[in-house]
Amino acid sequence: MFEAILLTVITASTPLVIAALGELVAERAGVLNLGVEGMMIMGAVCAFAAAQLSGSPYIGILAGIVGGGLFSLLFGFLTLTLVANQVATGLALTILGLGLSGQLGEAFVGLPGIKLQPIVIPLLSDIPFFGRVLFSQDLIFYLSVALVVGINWFLFRSRRGLKIRAIGDNHASAHALGINVIGARYLAVMFGGACAGLAGAQLSLVYTPQWVENMSAGRGWIALALVVFASWRPWRVLAGGYLFGAVGIGQLHAQILAQNLGIVIPSQFLSALPYAATIVVLIIISHNRRTTLINTPASLGKPFVPDR
Amino acid sequence: MTLSDDPAAVPLLSVRGLTKLFGSFAACNAIDLDIAPGEIHALLGENGAGKSTLVKMLFGVLQPSAGQILWEGMPVTIASPGGARQLGIGMVFQHFSLFEALTVAENIALSLDPMISLSRISEEAASLSRAYGLPLDPKAHVADLSVGERQRIEIVRALLQNPRLIILDEPTSVLTPQEADRLFETLFKLKAEGRSVLYISHRLEEVRRICDRATVLRHGKVTGACDPKLETPASLARMMVGSDVAEVHRDDGAALGDIRIEVSNLSVPARTPFAVSLKNISMKVRAGEVLAVAGVAGNGQGELFDALSGEYPVSEDEAIRIRGKAVGRIGISGRRLLGAGFVPEERHGHAAVSAMVLSDNLLLARSQSDKRAFLAGGFASIIRHDAVRSATRRICEAMDVRKSGEDPLAGSLSGGNLQKFIVGRELDRQPAVLVVNQPTWGVDAGAASRIRQALIDLAKAGSAVVVISQDLDEIFEVATNIAVISEGRLSEPHPAGTLTLERIGLMMGGIHESHSISEAAPSRPEGTYAH
Repeated sequence: MFEAILLTVITASTPLVIAALGELVAERAGVLNLGVEGMMIMGAVCAFAAAQLSGSPYIGILAGIVGGGLFSLLFGFLTLTLVANQVATGLALTILGLGLSGQLGEAFVGLPGIKLQPIVIPLLSDIPFFGRVLFSQDLIFYLSVALVVGINWFLFRSRRGLKIRAIGDNHASAHALGINVIGARYLAVMFGGACAGLAGAQLSLVYTPQWVENMSAGRGWIALALVVFASWRPWRVLAGGYLFGAVGIGQLHAQILAQNLGIVIPSQFLSALPYAATIVVLIIISHNRRTTLINTPASLGKPFVPDR
Repeated sequence: MTLSDDPAAVPLLSVRGLTKLFGSFAACNAIDLDIAPGEIHALLGENGAGKSTLVKMLFGVLQPSAGQILWEGMPVTIASPGGARQLGIGMVFQHFSLFEALTVAENIALSLDPMISLSRISEEAASLSRAYGLPLDPKAHVADLSVGERQRIEIVRALLQNPRLIILDEPTSVLTPQEADRLFETLFKLKAEGRSVLYISHRLEEVRRICDRATVLRHGKVTGACDPKLETPASLARMMVGSDVAEVHRDDGAALGDIRIEVSNLSVPARTPFAVSLKNISMKVRAGEVLAVAGVAGNGQGELFDALSGEYPVSEDEAIRIRGKAVGRIGISGRRLLGAGFVPEERHGHAAVSAMVLSDNLLLARSQSDKRAFLAGGFASIIRHDAVRSATRRICEAMDVRKSGEDPLAGSLSGGNLQKFIVGRELDRQPAVLVVNQPTWGVDAGAASRIRQALIDLAKAGSAVVVISQDLDEIFEVATNIAVISEGRLSEPHPAGTLTLERIGLMMGGIHESHSISEAAPSRPEGTYAH
């Protein structure tokens, strides 16, 4: 029973972690992309369609990544080249993504999906309990963990990551140092889009292997909240992602439990928990100037126009 | 090392006819400049004279519209800051280009070869900072550092690239005198190594003290080149401002009128751990009087201004009276309605919204006190743009605010011009009481003299003026009476004529008249100050 719950928590948390990691990189570069939900659903529909047409879920994963990445390029062009407002553009991207994916996926509604099969890692999977839970998972789960480690190393150990953090902290100074602010932001936004697309692929190939309109169901927004909740740190995204995922799953079990005990908990209350937790974290971060300065990318959401 | 004496020496850097146009406005107009190896060369000029624009072109941040840059006699194009660094030009900006969320070592690493490891950078930075007397902890977050320490990072960062020319943009404007002295020692070390320094400043004494040669800019043109040691501050100022800086005129002995602003036994607890609490402050300012409040920064000046202006009302209504009315608990708009005007210290973000145009900034400050003139339609409060704009024009003319365009963004004005506008915005109302905090901080000599004269004229016309300032020259220029604030306590006011600089200096150090000492530290025996 416990193992089964744990497995569902992992499946529910993985897309949150992946999408939040991508957004984390974009936000570390100073770009606030509120279009995560839209990029995620585009990834989901691209992945499902490609898997159906090719018969291979791995082609589906690739298509999800490419679909999300290309869709984010639209956001990048509007906000970075045309210097449109990031908040408005991000919202528009979400709305567009939800509509466009519905259109693209019309032919695939109701088709049986192709489920991504677990890759059982020899030896490690023989470890009692943890082996089965952690080492008999699908490729996307392994990728999510690798992304946490990789992004953490990239941001805090590599010189390119340092540049990304510098751009997010003060883009004018970064430009004065000769860093290509716009170019780096394009890459960061596209990485964010690719991650959201991968998260979408997980939804339509692993979580519920089928195509349903609006199947992202607000997970993009939770991922956005998760980035803030994690105060822009990859390991905290992993922890927070599993917390939020567990809340989502726990919601179902708690409700059944509460019903049996005769207590009524409004489901809205539990679904609001991730957002409430994020607000608490925000309050903790912003209680003094120092923690704000050191944790939040100071140029987040601000447009950059180099003066020449 | 004085290669500059050798006429055959090729200048390290020469600039010929360098011009930068912003639209039709020439920020730099056909500038010529030579910097010899091993010299400290001053670039002098008022705010807005084009110094920063020139330097940005030399460092590749801006591209010149016309003209030529020669490096050791060879024409070069400096396309980017990276290109400037490759030539051997290092730069220390006035507004530091530092990343507050990053550590000292990370900040330095960003401008260096990416192949060098962070730990090596830390080591090199540490050894450089020791060699040049610039103590720094490579692991500290910039957000936690003082302004002086931040400047050291910039200098170490520039030095790590072993530059032959180091440009410093207004380096001492943010430093304490002690920090400035340390900086000068570092500069002399650099000069002794044969490096050149381009030193941008509008502080004449400093330039005369440390610079070998000076080039003076005014309105984007070179108006003089000289050896600053052979000049007087007055002759340098003449080159900078174009004419002699107008001397401030006043006639003492005019009779003072009724009490306009009165503070009695005002005590305010500190709002934050870094703030100073005000302790038992009393003062009276009469019509026709300028009361100057002198003091070292951070002794309660900001807190006193907040209490007087009503930005933070105080708990006792009776503690502050404006024109006889108790206003302690009334906010800033209520006090303005009584005929008071207030000019806070920070121009950007406090006295003015940088991203808004001048007329909007005018309306923001005076929408309550000049409701009838600026707003129509009663409750609907419709903005009368024509009235606001003509008032803006009137203020700019009265204070000689130089700006590009009819109604530019406040942030686009130079510091001196914006300050003139902000002071003029209050003067335009002919306030019965004016409280102004650091009226000429970081403002060039021409603008400062204009503002000071305006304050004196306002008092002469029958208003009461309170000037909070750290600039003792300014205080002696404008004040009828002088009081000193120290650790949140205000001394008795003294007629300006009876005080000397030395006496004020002692008072500012916290040693008040005998009664304040016994009040301040009754248990402390004499002599313990030595520690």
